[in-house]
Amino acid sequence: MTTPTPAVDPATSTASPLTRALGTLALVGVAATAWLGLVASPRDRVQLDSVRLMYVHVPAVTWMYVAVLACALASGMWLRKRTDGWDVLAAASAEIALLLTGLGLFTGSVWGRPTWGVYWVWDARLTSTAILFVLLLGYQALRRYPAEPQARSRMAAVLGLLLVPNAMIVHFSVDWWRSLHQDATVSKIDVTIEGLMLFTLAVSFVAMGVVCAWLLVHRFRLGWLERSAERHHLDAALADRRADADPSAGVAVGGAR
Amino acid sequence: MWADARLVAAKDLRVEWRSRVGLGQMVPFAVLVLVLFAFALDPDRGILTRATAGLYWVATLFAGLLAVQRAFAVESAPGVREAMRLSGLDPAAWFLGKAAAIAVQLLVLEAVLGVGVVVLYSADLQGPLLLVATCLAATVGIATAGTLYGVLAAGLAVRDTLVPLLLLPVLAPVLLGATRASESALGAGIDGWSWCGLLAVFAVLYTMLGMTFFGTLLEET
Repeated sequence: MTTPTPAVDPATSTASPLTRALGTLALVGVAATAWLGLVASPRDRVQLDSVRLMYVHVPAVTWMYVAVLACALASGMWLRKRTDGWDVLAAASAEIALLLTGLGLFTGSVWGRPTWGVYWVWDARLTSTAILFVLLLGYQALRRYPAEPQARSRMAAVLGLLLVPNAMIVHFSVDWWRSLHQDATVSKIDVTIEGLMLFTLAVSFVAMGVVCAWLLVHRFRLGWLERSAERHHLDAALADRRADADPSAGVAVGGAR
Repeated sequence: MWADARLVAAKDLRVEWRSRVGLGQMVPFAVLVLVLFAFALDPDRGILTRATAGLYWVATLFAGLLAVQRAFAVESAPGVREAMRLSGLDPAAWFLGKAAAIAVQLLVLEAVLGVGVVVLYSADLQGPLLLVATCLAATVGIATAGTLYGVLAAGLAVRDTLVPLLLLPVLAPVLLGATRASESALGAGIDGWSWCGLLAVFAVLYTMLGMTFFGTLLEET
């Protein structure tokens, strides 16, 4: 039996002139950040070379908030419009948010080891970021689960929209919890940033933003293709089933068999 | 709407009362968790006494997960969901009813566990009013958030593992707030009422979110 060959989406890759330009820009940005961060910018007087982690850590954490917000917004829009585009956008931004949260936590603990002497402290910001990471993992678990597409979109949209109130209330409560303990809050080490370091930080912000945008566009297009492939398989399976029921119709619908 | 909510809550509680799953399994499980904590933390060195509030709420949270899963397992038989939908219940009332049923079971459980920590951990309850307010606010928070996340995963084959993953991080503020407020009621020198306020805010927030989104999550696909 040969598989039926209805019209397939002509797209075979997720690249376009725009994303190629964006990708080139991202590469240049990362290279510039690497050079500025590792070579050109001075070491810190107190933190020495470990301060260079800032050029990955700070932009990652900042863009993480943007990605979470984008996911929540797209989820809300899906609930209003019920079109696939918003669903795919929410999925793509949640993945990027998870990546950035993981990156932020990882670079944070690597940075924490030389600065505070430990990989982890129960600081308010660290703790609430860790919980956000688990929330995003839960979102991914729901996304990955094979379910009927419409139902999955609906569940994911509600979950995505709830990310923001959850993150806020977790952040608020953890903040309060830690402020009661009067620990020296590590994230409040006063670092005055100036000159080349500030410039490097600015470049790293832009570079991280462009990388995220590039990832987002590709992930969106991939999600879109997956969606049309799912529909395509469903149509093909339906055609097959109809052909089983009525062999004469099978030739007309499913092609050669 | 209130009549609908009462109907749903009465139905769930009747199912629980007749099957005795909640009383026969959930409560013993939670007490068992208390005993296991005593094995894990040496009772002679005062760790148990200091950690009583936290252990109490962790045990409640775990048992609460069971209650949430149970609340949707009883509706998972084929056709039950459709029958409920056909009955013309207001989704918001349906949500309130299910949350109320879970809350009632949790309150019973908390009372038993409260006796448990007094007997097993020799806890010394000093602020009964604060304790009752904390239990009420935390229970409503757990029940409403649990109902919302429970229905979210209800139709899936992986719900037993997915619900804890989705729900526990969301309930982290409840665990924090309830533990601090209870510590205050057990004599620690912290302001318990403001933590109790946080619990109340959580409970109100999730009641509203649940009433808003429950209908969406129940839609026919």
